[in-house]
Amino acid sequence: MAIKERKLTIARAMAEGIAQEMRTDESVFVMGEDVGPLGGVFGNTRGLFDEFGAERVRDTPISETAFMGAAVGAASDGMRPVVELMFVDFFGVCFDAIYNNMAKNAYFSGGNVKVPVVLMTSTGGGYSDGGQHSQCVYGTFAHLPGMKVVVPSNAYDAKGMMIAAIRDDNPVIFMYHKALQGMGWLGTEPGANVHVPEEQYVLEFGKAKTVREGNDVTIVSLGVGVHHGLKAAQQLEDKGISAEVVDLRTLVPLHRDHVFNSVKKTGRLVVVDEDYHSYGVSGEIIASVVERDVSILKAAPQRVAYPDIPIPFSPIMEQWALPNPEKIVEVCLKFNI
Amino acid sequence: MKPSLAQKLWMYEHMLVSRYFEETIEKIYLEGKSPVFNMAKGPIPGEMHLSNGQEPCAVGVCAHLHDYDIITATHRPHHQAIAKGVDLKKMTAEIFGKKTGLSGGRGGHMHLFDADVNFACSGIIGQGMGPAVGGALSRKLQNKPGVAISYIGEGAANQGAFHEALNLASVWKLPVVFIVEDNAWGISVAKETATSVQHNAVRAQGYGMPGVFVPGNDPVAIFEAAGEAIERARNGEGPTLLDLETYRLAGHFMGDGEDYRPKGEKEGLLKKDPILVFEKELLDSEELTPDQNEKIKSKARTRVDEAVEFARNSEYAPAEEAMDFVFV
Repeated sequence: MAIKERKLTIARAMAEGIAQEMRTDESVFVMGEDVGPLGGVFGNTRGLFDEFGAERVRDTPISETAFMGAAVGAASDGMRPVVELMFVDFFGVCFDAIYNNMAKNAYFSGGNVKVPVVLMTSTGGGYSDGGQHSQCVYGTFAHLPGMKVVVPSNAYDAKGMMIAAIRDDNPVIFMYHKALQGMGWLGTEPGANVHVPEEQYVLEFGKAKTVREGNDVTIVSLGVGVHHGLKAAQQLEDKGISAEVVDLRTLVPLHRDHVFNSVKKTGRLVVVDEDYHSYGVSGEIIASVVERDVSILKAAPQRVAYPDIPIPFSPIMEQWALPNPEKIVEVCLKFNI
Repeated sequence: MKPSLAQKLWMYEHMLVSRYFEETIEKIYLEGKSPVFNMAKGPIPGEMHLSNGQEPCAVGVCAHLHDYDIITATHRPHHQAIAKGVDLKKMTAEIFGKKTGLSGGRGGHMHLFDADVNFACSGIIGQGMGPAVGGALSRKLQNKPGVAISYIGEGAANQGAFHEALNLASVWKLPVVFIVEDNAWGISVAKETATSVQHNAVRAQGYGMPGVFVPGNDPVAIFEAAGEAIERARNGEGPTLLDLETYRLAGHFMGDGEDYRPKGEKEGLLKKDPILVFEKELLDSEELTPDQNEKIKSKARTRVDEAVEFARNSEYAPAEEAMDFVFV
């Protein structure tokens, strides 16, 4: 019997996951800017205020330092806060609470204190929002020990990751990309809207997924980059090149074996990352292959990442700088497969 | 300190320029975004925070400023930039992302920088406050003239930066004036649900500086309060916090449905449109003749039209120039 398709946007899948956990676990609550009646600027708390009320879905003042710290304190005392940082670019205002407290208290306490915060935050540009509202900074969070970092590329993963994040006893940074959120005013990547089961389910962290099988080259990415990778793979197929596309899904924990095994099969690696080029995810992925066995490579690994510049407003400059399917194709063609 | 007639007319004219500018930007912003509203489309992509209704806060303060005085502005900066004398053509071109813009298109509407008139802004709430304190410190250390004006919204007064900057400016007795534009809304969150006091002016007391609440969104009242605060700063007597009641006659950004506003609020505010109120005052007192009024309006429109034409006719910088100016 065919299962009835229920396509959701990532925004709706996130809200549904949170709502289901709130129904079954009294300790779960939500706070952040405009998460109440407005339902979140990016739609991921829509409906929660109506169902759970102002006590459990709390609009905060524009006081990230205070409410991020409050999330740490509440989580350490038995609550499970889901806290929204509207744009990841705003982390500068509250990073001490995140990386010196949230990320370290479990360790400092020898495991006696748990800090089960879910920090959900929007990432990414492409719509000319300028250099303080368009960044990804995946690598910044993933670099610092003590936080799990997850990046959904589609609504199915988003719901399973959200539920897993809420149930996790550790801090989880849930980084959703604005272009995948299904908000029409930000454009919409249709590939992110997929069937989402109604029931609660958990997506295990640390499991990358091969979203397209191929033999000649492995394209590794996360979030919106997965969709770029899939589009590039389609174009490459027309040119006789068989590309495999791997969705990392979580950066911490990172499924290094999965990447390695794919590259072992194809012999070639391209990492696609909308975060800055240097000192980030793309370098880490390449390192995790070459430090293990360089002999599996038929060519030097390549990366298609955001150049090391602040994000310009000008649409001409921004689109030029962003990773896209054409850039991935170009890099793959240089392998002379 | 009462404004002279010339100062009143200057304020009126710059309020008009600012409003025409926003109305024009609003129309252009919607080009290419219909029938589907997609922020990435049209000649002006990205977020757009209009300042309609907040013009008195800009002109009442800037009427006292010179080019060498410093302003750090917000994510809603157009009225402040216009009143400070930022080059309107270059500013408009920047908002279009063009090569002839203030920053060649790298900054955009939330990141307008004009070193000629010491104007800068940041899109992160409250984060212009520290830089304003630093600008004032620099003037003091260099024994150079100039005050620093830090514009924020009332939402920013709940940021740590607000409290730290006020304390630092006070303890070092720096020539800073902190200006709160209280439009009562932080996106969809009402001030009374987010702020522990009715008026942020009272918070100044905690930092040993005068705090002045100015009701009514009235350019003349703001002029008077700002005049005292700026004079105090110029005389080396330290910082002041000005808490200005104002109205946001537009959404937080374009595309905002404003469903969070109580019914009738917007209509009530529009009736108190500060430009209409000021115009009526000036005409009723015969400080402004109808003929003069038309001339001022026409001049303001021409300035805006010329700036938009300049921006439209300008080219984009080549994409590769995105790589320039990371370091200088």
